Amino acid sequence: MAGRAPAVVIDGVSKGFTLRHNRSLKGLAVSAVRGKDLSNNFLALDDISARVEQGETVGLLGLNGSGKSTLLKLISGVLRPDTGSVRVRGSIAGLIEVGAGLHPELTGRENIFLNGAILGMGESEISRRFDEIVEFSEIEKFLDTEVKFYSSGMHMRLGFSVAVHTDPEIFLIDEIFAVGDRPFKKKCMRRIRELRDSGRTLVVVSHNARTITRLCSRGLVLHEGRLVYDGPARTAVKYLDDSEESEE
Amino acid sequence: MSATLLPAKQPVDASALTDPGRGQGLVDVFRRRYLLRLLVRKELRVRYRGSVVGLGWTLLKPLVQFCVYYFVIGLVLNGREAIPDFPTYLFCGIMFVHFFNEGFGASTRSIVTNSALVRKILLPREMFPVASVIVAGVHLIPQTLILLVGAVLLGWSPDPLGLLAGLLGLLIVGTLVTGAGLLASTANVYFRDTRNLVDLMSLIVFWSSPTIYSWTQVRDSAALQDYPWLVNIYLANPVTIAISLLRRAFWYEGTDGSLPLPPDLWLRGGIALLVALVVLAIGQLVFRRFEGRFAQEL
Repeated sequence: MAGRAPAVVIDGVSKGFTLRHNRSLKGLAVSAVRGKDLSNNFLALDDISARVEQGETVGLLGLNGSGKSTLLKLISGVLRPDTGSVRVRGSIAGLIEVGAGLHPELTGRENIFLNGAILGMGESEISRRFDEIVEFSEIEKFLDTEVKFYSSGMHMRLGFSVAVHTDPEIFLIDEIFAVGDRPFKKKCMRRIRELRDSGRTLVVVSHNARTITRLCSRGLVLHEGRLVYDGPARTAVKYLDDSEESEE
Repeated sequence: MSATLLPAKQPVDASALTDPGRGQGLVDVFRRRYLLRLLVRKELRVRYRGSVVGLGWTLLKPLVQFCVYYFVIGLVLNGREAIPDFPTYLFCGIMFVHFFNEGFGASTRSIVTNSALVRKILLPREMFPVASVIVAGVHLIPQTLILLVGAVLLGWSPDPLGLLAGLLGLLIVGTLVTGAGLLASTANVYFRDTRNLVDLMSLIVFWSSPTIYSWTQVRDSAALQDYPWLVNIYLANPVTIAISLLRRAFWYEGTDGSLPLPPDLWLRGGIALLVALVVLAIGQLVFRRFEGRFAQEL
């Protein structure tokens, strides 16, 4: 990859969260009078630095609460770092919370356009890919039915189908293989491989070691908000397994 | 099944590294107006899907308001005598105040209502308050048609300068409510009390503008005789000026002129627009200042 410009540059990023328990003015006033602190801080990411080159496929590994998803949200721009910086090159989209943009009262057809636009596609782009999206989602018969009548599988397939037909430079994937039947999962995997093989940058979060080793060339292991390993995906998976065992 | 061929991605060396999530606010909303259009359409469709009266609801609320005030103010309190062409006078006032209050309330709640999207997908988040204001504004279209019919029946005829006045009024209210909505929707993320405050403010907006009475009644009121500056403050309210501009468009020219519009209306209109733009700029600045934390505060 020598000579290529990085797609993602993460530089000394920390991110803390404040858990506030009461959000009304009354709650704040009461706590001020009683001198009780309502907030509860914890550090989700602690001084992370990493670079992802263009066309690279990187897996983020770690136990629950290690900060993987937080890091992915920082790359997508939904969250902003407290300190340090995240910089990206090119457009970002991906499979994060697929179906978040689906509206239950709209039909499948309307949702394809709305969700496509939410994920950054233009009108002509959606129109061009419409048939492809419908075919991929396997919901042809229910295209003009409101999404609230969909089964959870159909809902997920529709959301997924729109998301994989976006065409960003950097594609983010957050733990999506928990849902869907086997043939659909296979189809998704094939589509993601296509994305990878066409030179897009992939950042994948998964608990599933096989997903990581099949998709990614490189793995980053997070532990309690710190980056503890950065290297080939296989070794990263092994590193995580070993550290899990030693903790038990 | 044949795999769809994806075009190979060329490395984008030329484009600089950018900060994700640091957009250009309202400029990005305008840039992605296809999404804005779909959000507005979604809101309209969802709101009236499955309801019998459908879009009739958009008219019913201001119409009921109109009837109630026409009866109480116009007939019982004899406002019809004091104000010529009282029906169109009243309707103009209700239209803009209703637009302001609907837009203000809906945009205040918009970020919290759309929290699923705000937390998970990066969008120009100004999109939501702006869409709420536009949805409220769409309701002005059928109302304007009704107003037109009423005005023609009362012997009014259109003039180009009047049309310009109406558009300026619309621009003032639209800008003002967008700015106020950006501010209040930000506050509502942190304090859910905000929407209740906004409901209260709607009441104040209604009574502090000459919606159902005339500005001359404020000027001539005995209680305010020693405080002419209070009358000036009253007339500085951009909503008051916007309503007066709308009345210049659809009401004043058809009357006998016995009830004047506020003096220097065009100058006041220009100033009101400036004030509204300042509110919009402040709203945008505050929104951007806190927007980066919306995803975690919701």
